[in-house]
Amino acid sequence: MRKALQVAALENGTAIDHIPPQALFKVVSLLQLQQLNNRITIGNNLRSSKIGKKGIIKVADKFFEEDEINRIALVAPNVTLNIIKNYEVIEKKKVILPDEIIGIVKCNNPKCITNNEPMKTRFHIIDKEKVELQCHYCEIKIKKEEIIL
Amino acid sequence: MEIHPMKPKSLVDINDYNKDDILRILNNTAKFKANPNRDFLKGKVCATLFFEPSTRTRLSFETAINRLHGRVIGFSDTATSSLTKGETLKDTIMIVSNYADLIIMRHYLEGSARYASEISPVPIINAGDGSNQHPTQTLLDLFSIYETQETLENLTITIVGDLKYGRAVHSLIEGLSFFHPTFNFVAPEELKIPEKYKTFCEKKGIRYNEFSDFSSEAINSADILYMTRVQRERFTDLMEYEKVKNVYVLYNDMLKDSKDNLKVLHPLPRVKEIDQDVDDNPKAYYFQQARNGMFTRQAVICDLMGIEVV
Repeated sequence: MRKALQVAALENGTAIDHIPPQALFKVVSLLQLQQLNNRITIGNNLRSSKIGKKGIIKVADKFFEEDEINRIALVAPNVTLNIIKNYEVIEKKKVILPDEIIGIVKCNNPKCITNNEPMKTRFHIIDKEKVELQCHYCEIKIKKEEIIL
Repeated sequence: MEIHPMKPKSLVDINDYNKDDILRILNNTAKFKANPNRDFLKGKVCATLFFEPSTRTRLSFETAINRLHGRVIGFSDTATSSLTKGETLKDTIMIVSNYADLIIMRHYLEGSARYASEISPVPIINAGDGSNQHPTQTLLDLFSIYETQETLENLTITIVGDLKYGRAVHSLIEGLSFFHPTFNFVAPEELKIPEKYKTFCEKKGIRYNEFSDFSSEAINSADILYMTRVQRERFTDLMEYEKVKNVYVLYNDMLKDSKDNLKVLHPLPRVKEIDQDVDDNPKAYYFQQARNGMFTRQAVICDLMGIEVV
């Protein structure tokens, strides 16, 4: 069988691989890719020997900051980031959930001050394994599947 | 111009205080109870911002300030403030902190006091933020326990009523957690103590028992009987409410075999959960408990303003 790349190779930039298909568009929004002018290739429901089906995002000429990529851990803790220079993977990175998330997640409590005042949300990660968050303000706890971006 | 090189201390959550902080406040509360009229706040202005009405709490704070010779500004409901014009909480806090040396606030939104404490150049006391926190209630409860039992250590506390939503109950469990208590949780099925507080007790090595009926065992083993209101609106099943509404009511004859040192507390207002016939029993302590709130608030205000209580 002819083996072809499922998504075109990248000369320089970042390839985010092994994204669970249901998390792909959340990753797009977490990294605010819609605001970039770089060349971006997005593939979803591709074959994966590791996870069955997967999503992949390739962003040309873009190298993300640590705190940007660590946001991804909120929705897809097992993704791999390949840093590519001259068609070569020069570094593979795992995402690490930070201790605190500022301004990304919406608080699920309608009576929380953050939903009623023009201000940034702030969450403490109280369980990194289960991805459980606690609002710094109203103290409500949010489970991984309840996270709204 | 006075500058604030350090963020002022505020009291937003009982967990802002460690064991030493709690004991310091309780010792100072005792000093104010012995001698409530002092001039520690002479020349100071305190603001009471009640975005949600709470007459009892506001009067307690304002009396505390008056007895310390401070002046009070503020509002008791939002109809008279710029909030009705759409002003943000931030702007209200920034303006009032220009005028006052300390802000006491009650707000219907959860987390509002935490946010205010982060932006305000003057200390904030949280007098209730939605169903989240009301730390001076916890401190006055702790003082009432300390005063009547002469210790906070190794006591058995029976808590009765709405243990699911009761803010005062949750904070009391946290506040007492430093002092090796044993808890008896007495509640109907629908208002049982949430799992997270049971986990909290287990992590801290605190013993607890759960009861679904208001048994003599739970009363007679207690040093403190902490009653709370079972509210009709908390029930999804009104049939269930009808079944339990008269079960968690304390009558005087239920105290006949209780310990001599037992005191009955209640955060008030009560409705029917303590019968009037308990009021004359020397073990009833809820009105004195409310009075203690004023002394506790004197202690907290002075503490946050860096005033040494002698």
